[in-house]
Amino acid sequence: MSTREKVGWGIGGLIIIVYCLFPVAWIISLSFKSSDDIANGQFLPTAFSGENYEQILVGDAAGLFLPALVNSFGICLIATFISCLLSMFAAYAIARLEFPGKKLILSTALAVAIFPVISIVTPLFNLWRQIGLYNTWPGLIIPYLSLTLPISIWTLSAFFREIPWEMEQAAQVDGATPWQAFRKVIVPLAAPGVFTTAIIAFFLAWNDFVYGISLTSTEAARPVPAALGLFSGASQFESPNGPIAAAAVIVTIPVVLLVLLFQRRIVAGLTNGAVKG
Amino acid sequence: MASIEMSHIVKQYGDGYPAVNDVSLDIADGEFMILVGPSGCGKSTLLRMIVGLEDITSGDMVIAGDRVNDKAPRDRNLSMVFQNYALYPHLSVYENIAFPLRLAKVPDEEVRKRVEEAASVLELKEHLQRKPANLSGGQRQRVAMGRAIVRAADAFLFDEPLSNLDAKLRGQMRTEIARLQRRLGITTVYVTHDQTEAMTLGDRVCVLRKGVIQQVASPRELYEQPVNLFVAGFIGSPPMNFLPATVEGTALSTPFGQVELGQERAEKVKGHELLLVGIRPEYFEDASLVDEAKKPHGSTFTARVDVTEWLGDAQYAYIPYEAPEEVAAQLKELSRELDSDQLRTQAVVSIDSTSRIREGREAEFWLDTRKIHVFDPKTGENLTRDAEAGRKLTEMAAEDRVDQVERAKV
Repeated sequence: MSTREKVGWGIGGLIIIVYCLFPVAWIISLSFKSSDDIANGQFLPTAFSGENYEQILVGDAAGLFLPALVNSFGICLIATFISCLLSMFAAYAIARLEFPGKKLILSTALAVAIFPVISIVTPLFNLWRQIGLYNTWPGLIIPYLSLTLPISIWTLSAFFREIPWEMEQAAQVDGATPWQAFRKVIVPLAAPGVFTTAIIAFFLAWNDFVYGISLTSTEAARPVPAALGLFSGASQFESPNGPIAAAAVIVTIPVVLLVLLFQRRIVAGLTNGAVKG
Repeated sequence: MASIEMSHIVKQYGDGYPAVNDVSLDIADGEFMILVGPSGCGKSTLLRMIVGLEDITSGDMVIAGDRVNDKAPRDRNLSMVFQNYALYPHLSVYENIAFPLRLAKVPDEEVRKRVEEAASVLELKEHLQRKPANLSGGQRQRVAMGRAIVRAADAFLFDEPLSNLDAKLRGQMRTEIARLQRRLGITTVYVTHDQTEAMTLGDRVCVLRKGVIQQVASPRELYEQPVNLFVAGFIGSPPMNFLPATVEGTALSTPFGQVELGQERAEKVKGHELLLVGIRPEYFEDASLVDEAKKPHGSTFTARVDVTEWLGDAQYAYIPYEAPEEVAAQLKELSRELDSDQLRTQAVVSIDSTSRIREGREAEFWLDTRKIHVFDPKTGENLTRDAEAGRKLTEMAAEDRVDQVERAKV
């Protein structure tokens, strides 16, 4: 690559990074501005203040924010776990077995994934109220499964297809039952795929707003994105932008952590050397 | 230890295509059986039916006296080496080899003993803690074999185990497999499309074509008394030459002159208009280098040499010839079926490496007519096959095997 090309690529990359990260930087900066400083008309706060963090963690908004954080974590983790488990079996069947309706399952999964959430929220709201799921954890976990399962099944079945058939047949000849072959050979090999899927599923659930705001009413089940929308300023003339920004930063941290933590596992190709390379 | 008996085995796929068609084959206890044939002949399918990875449409598969048609692979107590080795990449070499024992819940101490035993046989001791990804092709191959021998299986099944190795390593592993099989004395079924492997390893070789057994015999019998055009063309490298011929009295008239058959063989080929003579390359020789004593056993002819290949220990000369349209078409079809694509009708002739015959010139050749075979071009049948002689060759091989197994035990 010539120097000119390198510079061109560098500038292009920089523009994209700035474009993507500017909103994040803005929110971080906003979260450190005190309430009188919010409208200071400049990017950086005049003086860094922890006022907003204090407010949401121990102050007025803590009652709204902390239970929501617990709800979000609990609900999203459970939803992710269930969806990974289910999609692992489903994807395995889809990748390995020939059965009628295989195409149908895959296309239905896709259809569910692109189905507009907003259109089923109202019926779900009524149904949940009648059967007592409204404002409960299961009441959110179930719809989250519908968000996460399709994409999980799709990604995982792609991963399973990558694993050579022989691997499993070898295990069977070596004396494994189909279940043992799955558990001792296929699952370890699919681990990077399962991690990737889990992270994607977690994000999908973590980011949901529509279900969160519509199917909950109190801190018994309300997740963070919904709670953020309910923040209010100290007085009705004051906008709650500062605390919202602070909460947004806190909510982003687990996501960033997850990616950093599992980056290697996601990227590492475990199947290396399984077959002739 | 077990014998494997197959009777009328059929494998039909969903579209009705029979990949394996009515195969009956008995493999004796301790025998090394080779399944060989061009790609798509059903040899791998047959092997996978033995091990249980492929369902059997009809017929009986009997291993050690038990019908195993409906048994799962894990209940058949066979071990298999796959073409791509199928090692478990997340496990160390040690755990790879120990895998079958772990599944059988063998105590740790016993596992350690047996894995180390297998590792020392295969010279894998210093690699036990490494992962398969860090091993060379030959080492991976040995790990796969270690996994197969570590447990007392009734039989070994190999599915083209050497096809992923380079030529030199392949030769080494081939002798290694032969030694191992003799030493353990375990029934072995080995699938290959490489005829060198088939000839060198097998006690008996089963030649398959489009899912149908053509001939099951010792390598020698296959070579010297093939039943038909297909077997004759498949076994031997360079392949047997097929020349068009017509009968004239007790002789055949070929593009390379008259070939005398003798009374007995002439009788067998009578009544056919057009025939194919099968002549192996080594039945030819540079006429100037043939002993006077041998000369009467054959005929001489002159031909123009197209190309010569000097290989050090041998020399090949290529002699083009004219063939009638229908024979040419059939030979082309045959060579396509054998996975080679012969472009022109030419004979490959093996001559002494000291021969001064050079390409582009006329030269005189001598042809040993004693061992040639005559085929019916329509059915492909070998008209001059001596079944009795063939049977003797295979019996001899069986005796050799018993002898070798006895010796290996001492």
